[in-house]
Amino acid sequence: MKKQSILLISFGHFENDFLAKIADHIASEFLLPVQFEENPLEVNEFYDPTRRQYDGNKILKKLNSLSLQGDTKTLGLFEVDLFIPVLTYIFGQAIFKGNTGIASLYRLKNEQYGMKPDEKLLFDRFEKVIIHELGHTFGLVHCYSPVCVMRSSTYVEDIDQKNKKLCMKCRTEIERLEL
Amino acid sequence: MADKISILIVDDEESVRDSLYNWFIEDGYHVDCAENAKKALSIVESKNFDIILADIKMPGMDGLEMHRRIKSINKDSIVIVMTAFASVDTAVQALKDGAYDYITKPFDPDDLSHLIRNAAKQISLTTENEALKEKVISLENIEDIIGQSEAMINVLKEVQSVAQTNSSVIITGESGTGKELIARAIHSNSSRKFFPMVTVHCGALSEDLLESELFGHEKGAFTGAMFNRKGRFEMADGGTIFLDEIGTISPKMQIELLRVLESKSFVRVGGNKEIKSDFRVICATNRDLKQMVEEGNFREDLFYRLNVVNIRIPPIRERTEDIPLLVDYFIKKYCTSMSRDVIPIDPAALNRLKEHEFPGNVREIENMIERAIVVGNGKAIRLKDFPMGKNIIDSSVESLDELEKKHIIQILNKYTWNISRSAKALKVDRVTLYNKIKRYGLKPIKE
Ligand SMILES: [Zn+2]
Ligand SMILES: [Zn+2]
Repeated sequence: MKKQSILLISFGHFENDFLAKIADHIASEFLLPVQFEENPLEVNEFYDPTRRQYDGNKILKKLNSLSLQGDTKTLGLFEVDLFIPVLTYIFGQAIFKGNTGIASLYRLKNEQYGMKPDEKLLFDRFEKVIIHELGHTFGLVHCYSPVCVMRSSTYVEDIDQKNKKLCMKCRTEIERLEL
Repeated sequence: MADKISILIVDDEESVRDSLYNWFIEDGYHVDCAENAKKALSIVESKNFDIILADIKMPGMDGLEMHRRIKSINKDSIVIVMTAFASVDTAVQALKDGAYDYITKPFDPDDLSHLIRNAAKQISLTTENEALKEKVISLENIEDIIGQSEAMINVLKEVQSVAQTNSSVIITGESGTGKELIARAIHSNSSRKFFPMVTVHCGALSEDLLESELFGHEKGAFTGAMFNRKGRFEMADGGTIFLDEIGTISPKMQIELLRVLESKSFVRVGGNKEIKSDFRVICATNRDLKQMVEEGNFREDLFYRLNVVNIRIPPIRERTEDIPLLVDYFIKKYCTSMSRDVIPIDPAALNRLKEHEFPGNVREIENMIERAIVVGNGKAIRLKDFPMGKNIIDSSVESLDELEKKHIIQILNKYTWNISRSAKALKVDRVTLYNKIKRYGLKPIKE
């Protein structure tokens, strides 16, 4: 495997231990060193007043232009509602086989659906979205295993149905792709 | 399936093309883009596409006209038109002209993926029928189901034959036998595999939670509901709903369930639209439902609706010949996940396991192996690494902390106290490892 690393950049007001815990889990899932840092970007410029959401395409492009070249996968973590022009919302997106991705926990919060807040569940969901988007940057496509983290999920409840992990097939695939 | 299906995106807006391109690539489809109808037609002339997703309003030639011309080049292509709210009338015209469907921009991610999967399913059904004769009988996605005993082979044969049907299935078996794995195997070997399998642990659902959980709710149905929430039945549309511990549901829930199974439709809380869902039901239970029916604790009509096919998973004591396979499998699984070398098991230890009853079935074997790897010497699994291998004198209960300490020492020694490598093997960060070393007062032993 090539020598690689993962960089998580926080664009929200995430607690440091929240980020540390995420970084820890991501590191063990991909067996790569994971660093995290605070945002260098002002997100307001990506706000679309007509949709009252933030443009995920523009953010991804900008972040990609700032990303470290080479072997670092950069993933931006957000707290705002992301959209792309054709879709009403996204949980996250990534450049397939690229170096950059984004993920937001905005739509992952139980409160948005009139349910009781659940920190643990929120954390799990966010982690799954992050691992999923990173999987795309490594070249993984959606998986049909019902519990694989690479299964596509369009509703927050879909995310709850899958594990935090890559299935055996995806794990083998990622090793093959990275050779 | 997806890897054989090709999609052409036709839209004059670059951001739309890019977004859709990215979306479908991640789904594993072959994707091409064209920025106008003229370009699209020339691509279609040289290459067949299964699905063409075209904006209806484009400068030059509009989507409607393009659709007619595409159909004259390749009548088998499935054409889906994209429209803005203002042009729904035109979209309806496209449907009259034979378009497969239309979708209004911006779409709900779920609507888009549903639409495409339905179209893809239609394509794969046609090709599947053509390739029926060459069909190799093998089960996919059953990596966790281990067993070569006759009893297990029979279960897998049943899985295979029932997967091809739409019948309701009840999976019975003691706890720990792996009922959910069997449900997953049925789902992922059926034509529904591209759609979700939704699991509902009925035992965990209170009656109050039930409505919103199973049927979903509309945005604004109650205070704080900012977005729509899909219920389990709706999520399972096109796929499978797996109702675990079906024997625990209340009489009221039994009636609700029966109603949904019969009508395959329901209304979201706070909504008024009847929602149809095409799902297959698989249930599991460790109780004797038939007896529950006789005792009046389970509705007979519901029982018969669910119990079209019954698959019984044998407990370990009926398939002791599978024990070595299972042991091997879990050793490999846990050594790999703990980033260790795969170790052998001492023959004496294995023999003892073969005699064990395993009332907790596969799950008990799994837990036992995982623990043995953690407490063991890292070279081989020995009899004394199992609870039943400990003699009476050695019955002092080890605390979790003691186990952790032992394990950390082992790893540190293995990597000659290289903190980075040890931390990586233990899957913790270096700071955490340092803290633990300090807490347990660990020091390298000089030999
Ligand atoms: Zn994805
Ligand atoms: Zn997978």
